[in-house]
Amino acid sequence: MGSLKTLLVLMLLGASSVLAQSPTFGLGRTPTAEEVRVWDISISPTGAELPEGQGTAEEGALVYRRQCARCHGRDGTEGRAPRLVKYDRDGDVHPWNLGRILGIRSPYATAVWDYINRGMPLNREGTLEPDEVYQLTALMLYWNDIIEEDEVMDAQSLPMVEMPNEHAWAPLPDYAPGQPRLPGYPY
Amino acid sequence: MAVDRPDRRVFLKRGAALAGGLTLGAVEPVIREATASGQEVPMAKGQSQEIPDYSSDELIAYGERARFVTSVREPVNGRPSPDEFGLVFHVGSPLQDQVGAITPSALHYIGTTRGSFVPDIDPAQHRLMIHGLVDRELIFTMEELKRMPSVTRLHFIECAGNRASPQRKTLIESHGMTSCAEWTGVLLSTLLEEAGVQEAGKWIVAEGVEEVKGASSLPIEKAMEDMIVAYAMNGEDIRPQQGYPLRLVVPGFEGILSVKWLRRIKVVDEFYMTYNDYGHLRREADDAALSYQIGPKSVITFPSGEQQLPGTGFYEVRGLAWSGTGAVSRVEVSTDGGDTWFDADLRGEPQPMAHTAFSFNWTWDGSECMLMSRCIDSIGSIQPTREEVREFWGIAEGERFSVKGQDNSIQPWRVASDGSVTNGLA
Repeated sequence: MGSLKTLLVLMLLGASSVLAQSPTFGLGRTPTAEEVRVWDISISPTGAELPEGQGTAEEGALVYRRQCARCHGRDGTEGRAPRLVKYDRDGDVHPWNLGRILGIRSPYATAVWDYINRGMPLNREGTLEPDEVYQLTALMLYWNDIIEEDEVMDAQSLPMVEMPNEHAWAPLPDYAPGQPRLPGYPY
Repeated sequence: MAVDRPDRRVFLKRGAALAGGLTLGAVEPVIREATASGQEVPMAKGQSQEIPDYSSDELIAYGERARFVTSVREPVNGRPSPDEFGLVFHVGSPLQDQVGAITPSALHYIGTTRGSFVPDIDPAQHRLMIHGLVDRELIFTMEELKRMPSVTRLHFIECAGNRASPQRKTLIESHGMTSCAEWTGVLLSTLLEEAGVQEAGKWIVAEGVEEVKGASSLPIEKAMEDMIVAYAMNGEDIRPQQGYPLRLVVPGFEGILSVKWLRRIKVVDEFYMTYNDYGHLRREADDAALSYQIGPKSVITFPSGEQQLPGTGFYEVRGLAWSGTGAVSRVEVSTDGGDTWFDADLRGEPQPMAHTAFSFNWTWDGSECMLMSRCIDSIGSIQPTREEVREFWGIAEGERFSVKGQDNSIQPWRVASDGSVTNGLA
């Protein structure tokens, strides 16, 4: 009797896993929550996906020396990899005109986190712990005069940081098939 | 002079029979083909004059082009590939040598998000996950994807770096970052319908599996319209440089959005400002609008920059035309710098968001002239000259400017009286 119950449970599980496949073609399967968590490294401007962890620029300076300085230079300006800082930024200069410096050009602090987390360090991408990413993000923001050296960046504070370029970028237009790229533009 | 031309099939059969165990001593005299002048024509690599070498990949397994054909891709846009870190960045396709609309897979241009090592992906291990604002999150194996209903379509992919500019001497430098292939795969709409996109799902984030996990935000309208999750190009599996085993093809849009080595599609509620989004951010709305899709565009591939015409007389002027918003409807060619235009002949039925090859019969009388082509697409947009763009935006004459968004301006080629061809903008 017990084995019949087990069999029924197994049959039900089997049925539910069939339902989890794609409805029309019956292919694919439902990823586990853990599979989604591991793969989903997209961080939205709201910071909804930010993991637990925290860091300050002070801590970030130590991680930077170990992980980043070899390519980006001791102070973020003199390496062969892209420049990371515009020190003593002139407030009158539009941030857009300071070049593609991650901590300035990026419209959201969450995007700085995402960029470091997925793309750095070269050849060892994906090896930084969340705390280290928070620390390095804080360092980028501190170096570019956006936050204080001891300000703690975490899943709550990071999305609240106001970036110099937050309102200075052009959203993409609504897309509709077969329409001109720009209304009124004949080319 | 009598020419002895034995039937090759007979020879191959005999060869096979011999290889099957007959005495080698019975081999016929060495087979030679001869031209009318009596010049001997040597056999190709991998072929034996006695018994064909069936172990040769060249002859049987995977053919190579003739050793006399030397057309190759080249790093473009001022950064070497591989660079000092070993990363591949921008490699242009030798369009000056291309015949017809389809770029051979081995010559398709390469562009990567920031420079990338080409990943070595075992398709048995590769997965595509669809998640986010969907009713049913799904994960597919390659085998499962290949069981789904598929489409096969011609589409060009073009990098934002392609532009007619006075600094670029050759076609590969100015236009080498566009290519066209026949792509086969599952429409993304098929997969999204299986997953069930929720009301709030307005964008997707598509992400690759390479070390940087390059990702882009794309509007759900485009995803449902014609994006292909492609596993094959030009009749075989996608090449590693093009995203093996799986890539997204986003017809007509800026090339970086056709995410290679695709492993994840997340349906989201807003523009996510992810890796590639940040890199291609624009400050002005007009610039952003015009940077999304490629406009109507064409270029003469022969004769083109740094080529040399051997003399006066007849030439078939050849080129490619395409548009990111539809099919090519007409191509015009001018030989007098744009004063008069003639219809070019289009090869085949132009496909939406695909290169269309064109040609124009031309007899060169030896005088200096300026060759130009322009594309008119299926929604009536016309490829402009740089001058027309300048006037449209009210930019003063002589002022330095860039064409806003994706530069689709006309590339003029100047033919000097000595037959040398140079960039007409220089």
